Amino acid sequence: MNAPASAAPAAATADVPLTPRQQQALSAVLAERGALPGALLPVLHGVQDALGHIPPAALPVIARALHLSRAEVHGVVTYYHHFRTTPPRGRVVQICRAEACRSMGAEALMAHAQSAIDAHGCDTLEAAYCLGLCAQSPAVMVGDRLHARMTPAKLDALLVSDPSAQGEGA
Amino acid sequence: MSAMLTLYVPRDSAALAVGADAVADALHAAALAHGAALQLVRNGSRGLLWLETLVEVATPQGRVAYGPVAPDDVPALWPALVAEADGTPSAHPLRQGVTDQIPYLALQERLTFRRVGITDPLSLDDYAAHGGWAGLQAAVGMDSAAILHEVTHSGLRGRGGAAFPAGIKWKTVAHAVATPGATKYVVCNADEGDSGTFADRMLMEGDPYLLIEGMAIAALAVGATEGYVYIRSEYPHAVATLTEAVARATAAGWIGDDVCRSGRAFHLHVRMGAGSYVCGEETAMLESLEGKRGIVRAKPPLPALEGLFGQPTVINNVLTFAAVPTILAQGGAFYRNYGVGRSHGTLPFQLAGNIRRGGLVEKAFGLTLRELLYGFGGGTASGRPVKAVQVGGPLGTYVPESQWDVPLDYEAYAAIGAVVGHGGLVVHDDTADMAGLARYAMEFCALESCGKCTPCRIGSTRGVEVIDRITLNRHQPVVRDQQVTLLRDLCETMVGGSLCAMGGMTPFPVLSALNHYPADFGL
Ligand SMILES: Cc1cc2nc3c(=O)[nH]c(=O)nc-3n(C[C@H](O)[C@H](O)[C@H](O)COP(=O)(O)O)c2cc1C
Ligand code: SF4
Ligand code: FES
Repeated sequence: MNAPASAAPAAATADVPLTPRQQQALSAVLAERGALPGALLPVLHGVQDALGHIPPAALPVIARALHLSRAEVHGVVTYYHHFRTTPPRGRVVQICRAEACRSMGAEALMAHAQSAIDAHGCDTLEAAYCLGLCAQSPAVMVGDRLHARMTPAKLDALLVSDPSAQGEGA
Repeated sequence: MSAMLTLYVPRDSAALAVGADAVADALHAAALAHGAALQLVRNGSRGLLWLETLVEVATPQGRVAYGPVAPDDVPALWPALVAEADGTPSAHPLRQGVTDQIPYLALQERLTFRRVGITDPLSLDDYAAHGGWAGLQAAVGMDSAAILHEVTHSGLRGRGGAAFPAGIKWKTVAHAVATPGATKYVVCNADEGDSGTFADRMLMEGDPYLLIEGMAIAALAVGATEGYVYIRSEYPHAVATLTEAVARATAAGWIGDDVCRSGRAFHLHVRMGAGSYVCGEETAMLESLEGKRGIVRAKPPLPALEGLFGQPTVINNVLTFAAVPTILAQGGAFYRNYGVGRSHGTLPFQLAGNIRRGGLVEKAFGLTLRELLYGFGGGTASGRPVKAVQVGGPLGTYVPESQWDVPLDYEAYAAIGAVVGHGGLVVHDDTADMAGLARYAMEFCALESCGKCTPCRIGSTRGVEVIDRITLNRHQPVVRDQQVTLLRDLCETMVGGSLCAMGGMTPFPVLSALNHYPADFGL
């Protein structure tokens, strides 16, 4: 929030310093979880939950607090698909591409979603590999809400609607 | 009569994903509008997933089911529910009858899932009232050897895929010695990454205390004082439910500093994965729990001897632990009497993909795929013929119709080169492109490979290329056949040269697609 209006859209590199809000969130997570055995994943989850992503400038701070090398923290952040180092654009729309959803048209749904999102350009489309709704395929997660038995028409309705007004699956 | 109306609306992800919260809200609104007293229980799912959202009403005849209910159905449904509660069956089109008499449920043999969908998952009172903690209470009065004997005698084998006898694994850990000052661990594998499986999720969301009870029994048996449940990040509701259940069970003294007044401690922690399929492999999971990249470890040492933080560790699947309380409460012989051959007990099968009545079917081993597909599942959702069924997750084979009468039992499946695995069945109709599915299997392996061994890391990417060359050259027999030979060689290298089943079994779906559906490859 303190960044000048002309700065790059979001912290994408380690030289973009943490904002005071980010620093505060990071300290809170480290205070709460830093002493857990094998703390790195819980800490990274905490940071991403609080900030929506893991700013690269947080990595050296985390490394120092957990007595790890920066390379180790970087290695873990990049290994796991769940962690992101840049903020997503709009809502994260995850479409399951695994076998059960494929058997019910997930690939066509993915293609439809891709063109819809390309057209309005305000959400982030990602693949998921099973959401545990395989008897009600195809399955989709928008933000933190699950939706089953998805169709292109239902997806369009979801994507244009106001996310805050959306009940899970409704 | 304006007696209290008791309704049930599941809180399982499968119901939430089709609008169960909105249905619950609409029922509350209807009750308010009619001035009725409503008790609305958010239960687990009964596992009749084509009927979600399944609304049940308590009646003098037992619970009566309506489904699939959408929020808009509620105004018209309300009078039917009210009449039903007074003992008057309605003629509403969504009425499914007395829940327990629906054939899909009535024909099951539910041991592990017997409470799921019936109780309020987080109610300790409900759990105890429905036979909960009986296994743990029995275990507290037994020594380690006696617990190990019951589990071994039950014939329980790992439900996560490899079907290794649970009792033997536990015995190894029980006899191992932790480093002085350190502890042994009990770890639950709740990574459930296989497409077509959701039983672990349903159990954790629908009856979390059962898993906690099973893990506590394991801890008593092997002498562990710390435990972890590693749940994939794609399951936020399971993480939330289990975290709350652990807190409540600890506060009530079922686990914690003094497990069920045994004088022994067992502290349980819930951890979340981060979107890595290979972290379901047990040693990769341990690395991940230790805060590292989820890279598979070479074995030996076995995790039973040197597992989490280098200490002796029991690792089992959710359903393995969840079977244990029944075994302790009713005896190993009771459990052993279900099943066939060396496959004892029951397996919660999961009917998924292109299937009319998808859901969870817990049955003793020994029934056939055909019975599951048609008896329970009712054929495909599309109404077209079934073409192939992938059994046992993304590393399992595509089973063609000629093998649908083989009994589902670990050894019988191994004999046809297939795997029962975690009991997931993904159905494909006749529009499925088996070469495309084989390609996807290689693509998924390339995406999820931990990278430790070359056949898996490089071979999977090569596999995608080779399959593309086969399908592109379907009218060039010479090139095509060369590429088929190459694909078979590649699969052989992956099977023989991979450290774990990710690279070692990806050839199973690929080769079964090629062997049973050659036309799809242009052969
Ligand atoms: C790539 C790969 C993924 C696996 N995923 C899972 C999984 O999601 N859940 C599971 O219980 N076991 C999984 N396993 C099997 C585990 O390695 C291990 O056998 C199991 O946790 C042991 O528990 P069990 O004996 O109770 O089955 C996987 C194995 C491999 C090679
Ligand atoms: S087979 Fe694949 S996933 Fe398994 S250890 Fe080797 S590279 Fe890793
Ligand atoms: S395969 Fe899509 S939800 Fe499981």
